[in-house]
Amino acid sequence: MSTTLNPRNILVVALLAALVLLPVYAGLTGDRFMLTLFTRIVILALAAVSLNLILGYGGMMSFGHAVYLGIGGYAVGMLAHEGIYTGFVQWPVALAASALFALVIGALSLRTRGVYFIMITLAFAQMAYYGIAGLARYGGDDGLTIYKRSQFFAPIDLSNKVQFYYLCLALLYGSIYLVWRLVNSRFGMVIQGSRSNDLRMRAIGFPTYRYRLVCFVIAGTLCGLSGALIANHTDFVSPAMMYWTRSGDLIIMVVLGGMGSVVGPVIGAVALLVLEEALPSVITFVLHPFMGEKAAGYGEFWQIVLGPLLLLVVLFARGGIDGLLAKLRAKAVP
Amino acid sequence: MTLFIEQCLNGLQFGLLLFLLAAGLTLVFGIMDLVNLAHGSLYMIGAYFAATFAAWTDSFVLGAVLALLATLVVGMAVEVIAMRRLYGRDHLDHVLGTFGLILFFDEAVRLIWGPEGLSLPLPSWLNTAVTILPGMQYSAYRLSIIVVSLAVAVFLYVLVMRTRIGMLIRAGASNREMVGALGVNIKLLYTLVFGLGAALAGLAGLMQAPILTVQIGMGENILIVAFVITVIGGIGSVRGAFIAALLVGFVDTLGRSYLPDLLRLVLSPNAASTAAPALASMLIYLLMAIVLVVRPEGLFPASAK
Amino acid sequence: MRKTLLAAGTALLLAAGPAMAQQKSIKIGFVSTFSGPVAVIGNDMRNSFELALDHMGRKIAGMPVEVIYEDDGFKPEVGKQKTQKLIESDKVDFISGYIWSNVLLASIKPVVDSKTFMVIANAGASQVAGELCSPYVFSTSWQNDQTPEAMGLYMNQKGVKSVFLIGPNYAAGRDMLAGVSHTFKGKVVGQELTTWPAQLDFSAELAKAKAANPDAIFVFYPGKAGVQFLAQYAQAGLKGKIPLYTAFTIDETSLPLQKDLALGVPGAQEWVNDLPNDANKKFVADYMKKYPGHRPSFYGAQSYDAANLIASAVTATKGNLTDKEALRKAFEKADFKSVRGNFKFGNNHIPIQNFYLQDVVKDAKGDYVLKTVATIVKDYQDASHSKCPMK
Repeated sequence: MSTTLNPRNILVVALLAALVLLPVYAGLTGDRFMLTLFTRIVILALAAVSLNLILGYGGMMSFGHAVYLGIGGYAVGMLAHEGIYTGFVQWPVALAASALFALVIGALSLRTRGVYFIMITLAFAQMAYYGIAGLARYGGDDGLTIYKRSQFFAPIDLSNKVQFYYLCLALLYGSIYLVWRLVNSRFGMVIQGSRSNDLRMRAIGFPTYRYRLVCFVIAGTLCGLSGALIANHTDFVSPAMMYWTRSGDLIIMVVLGGMGSVVGPVIGAVALLVLEEALPSVITFVLHPFMGEKAAGYGEFWQIVLGPLLLLVVLFARGGIDGLLAKLRAKAVP
Repeated sequence: MTLFIEQCLNGLQFGLLLFLLAAGLTLVFGIMDLVNLAHGSLYMIGAYFAATFAAWTDSFVLGAVLALLATLVVGMAVEVIAMRRLYGRDHLDHVLGTFGLILFFDEAVRLIWGPEGLSLPLPSWLNTAVTILPGMQYSAYRLSIIVVSLAVAVFLYVLVMRTRIGMLIRAGASNREMVGALGVNIKLLYTLVFGLGAALAGLAGLMQAPILTVQIGMGENILIVAFVITVIGGIGSVRGAFIAALLVGFVDTLGRSYLPDLLRLVLSPNAASTAAPALASMLIYLLMAIVLVVRPEGLFPASAK
Repeated sequence: MRKTLLAAGTALLLAAGPAMAQQKSIKIGFVSTFSGPVAVIGNDMRNSFELALDHMGRKIAGMPVEVIYEDDGFKPEVGKQKTQKLIESDKVDFISGYIWSNVLLASIKPVVDSKTFMVIANAGASQVAGELCSPYVFSTSWQNDQTPEAMGLYMNQKGVKSVFLIGPNYAAGRDMLAGVSHTFKGKVVGQELTTWPAQLDFSAELAKAKAANPDAIFVFYPGKAGVQFLAQYAQAGLKGKIPLYTAFTIDETSLPLQKDLALGVPGAQEWVNDLPNDANKKFVADYMKKYPGHRPSFYGAQSYDAANLIASAVTATKGNLTDKEALRKAFEKADFKSVRGNFKFGNNHIPIQNFYLQDVVKDAKGDYVLKTVATIVKDYQDASHSKCPMK
């Protein structure tokens, strides 16, 4: 990672700083929804960061990563439903359950490669989805409302929107640091080496299967943390949060932002979710000169723009947004 | 006993329908090495075309035939415009790019046909039940789905095993580079195969349309099931897809009909009736996971290495 | 001195600003399904709500009304997000709509937490009538059990001895099937729940119902699923063999697609378009005038009532929206002309009302219409009201 002052790094720092200052802006304008939206973005960015660890660095194309959002979320939701509100129980359970699930499905899935790995991770995620949908006690398909957020000691109050936002942000930045340390360690080198040539790594004498499994479990656990946060954020969990399209959303965030760069997924999450909120107005704005008042009705078709946009990113901007920024630097500094 | 026979027929019908969807998927997957999530969109488009053309021509059969041709054309157009550029990329790119196409198709359909969805009414001669065994009636329409799908399966068998195109398809599935090296017009072959897959998906969609409704996103649930079949059967193997499709059809239908009774033996009636539909949906994924753990390349790997 | 005055003046303006802005108009959020296969229900609700506003001259207590319609996409988590947006970003004064019980259950917490008054125009989750009842939540529909309970009573009257129940596996589906069992005196020979809303192929369930050979089949399939169910029921050869009894499966939004398949299939409902009262006659006639080619459904009738209920409460408090206690009392009085005649609330803010038997007939023009056949039960209160701590 280059530490020089170049446009890409300046932008990244600006983004990270803007996220820190956001509650101030929301407080000044009185727009509470802004804070709600960005809390969601920060939490999903955390999930994307965890996916990037296995996808971007490990080359493990998991199509079931959203399952940990569900497991972490339901750990909080189910315990709250049973009257256990303390976060000191809820959160460790959420992390442990995610880690355990990742260990089991990782151990089985990592035996396969390529498309089969994609499909088997998907299969396990769908099984968990239907498994939770079948629990009548916890609302089944309808989901479960959480009436009280996780309780910690006195000054910490998760119902306080600003406090909760900063907690999520701190956890996100913590995870980014953790992932950065990991990928630059010996462990990370083995993982990345195994992505480009597993056979050679094994020939040198690294038990890559075990390394990859540990990496898979760490990513799952981190995403489970994100699940516990999102349950507290929405006060509601439902099986829909682990459906396969959600895993697809996470992959989009990672690839859009830029794989294999620790902050890429954050950029991707912000870009995708802000795009989701903003594209309808952009479409209306662009069409307005041509169609007048009727343009407003077309804002809801924003996905017709997002879809091909994704295809274009895949075709022409392989490094995602972060990659584009890096290219910018390459041009600026000949 | 009649109940069991009827459920088996239901399973057979569902399985055969899934086969139509999975056959196209497995061909594209096997020959072009392309993971096409947008296959479900072609299924949806087939259904929309059929409902539209049937309303225009006032004939179910004519509408279906026109829809089939239209889906074929759309499929080939998609291949030429978008898919062609994805060959040779890694699977992650395929997943992402075609996921983008799903979004595009869903919204395009919403723009053209509106958000409400359509219905495709059956002609009265299909909208009844016929007696197939003494004391046992079965839906005429479901029977006709079974007949049509079996005919398509035979057609595919002959096409793949007995014709020159089929030879190229099989060769492509086991060794792509070699076929190209032998001077075959690989671009045309790819477009044709993709069009064929699209038409099969469209056929599945239009046949499903009178039973389900024609709606946006109708392909997304069933797409994943089709992928499951492709993987269980072994990528690139039409025969594998056929067997896996029947397996999945039976497991799903029989699971749905007998699991509730089984669960009631161990759970409270309330918990059992919530758990049963969910667990029944889970069975096919369990089946896939077991198959992959035991045989990591599916039941009938096409590219035997 | 001048400086202080200026500062005081500015402060006054700043303080008065929001208060004045709030009294300028009344903001109502309306969450329903406006996309996908069941958008037709959401549109009927929006049409009726708009018609009610037209009838009020689009003003309540002299203040203009602004309605923000949000699409829940048929998904609980989306409905919850939209509800939160309406409360936090748009800062609505009232919130209404909600077709689906599961969407309602997911959305209710932010509403109650923010003490926003909510008028549910359809969803009748039993929890909301019971342990989750709230001073801020009112309903112009019913509690889910009520309608099927009425159907159970009717099946008793018809001498049905055994029934097979089929419904979707979500909050309302489970409530509905339980409701029939509450009042039906015969034997329930089987019960099937299907994945909602993904499963639309009912072949396995119909085969089981046929094999059980009951006197009757009871189903609850709202929206498009009801169209598919009736078609597959006929295709399986059951029409004319095992009679069908329904709740919320045949209505004006599904009838144009069900057509002949719905003829002679009875349903229970708290409102039918031919109820003989003036408010209803005006509602139905003006609806058909404003939206040619469409007929109002019970979803619309309940939404029309919801708008009028809100208007009655705001009028009674002379537009003072800050006194929540007075508003609540005004809501509880329900002093408005309902399209179902008399209207009164139980302790849990769920209406106590009549349930009618409706049937499908072809009218003189050859259109399929619903008509009232009989009153099944009068002034019927739901069973959950005893679980609600409000008195």
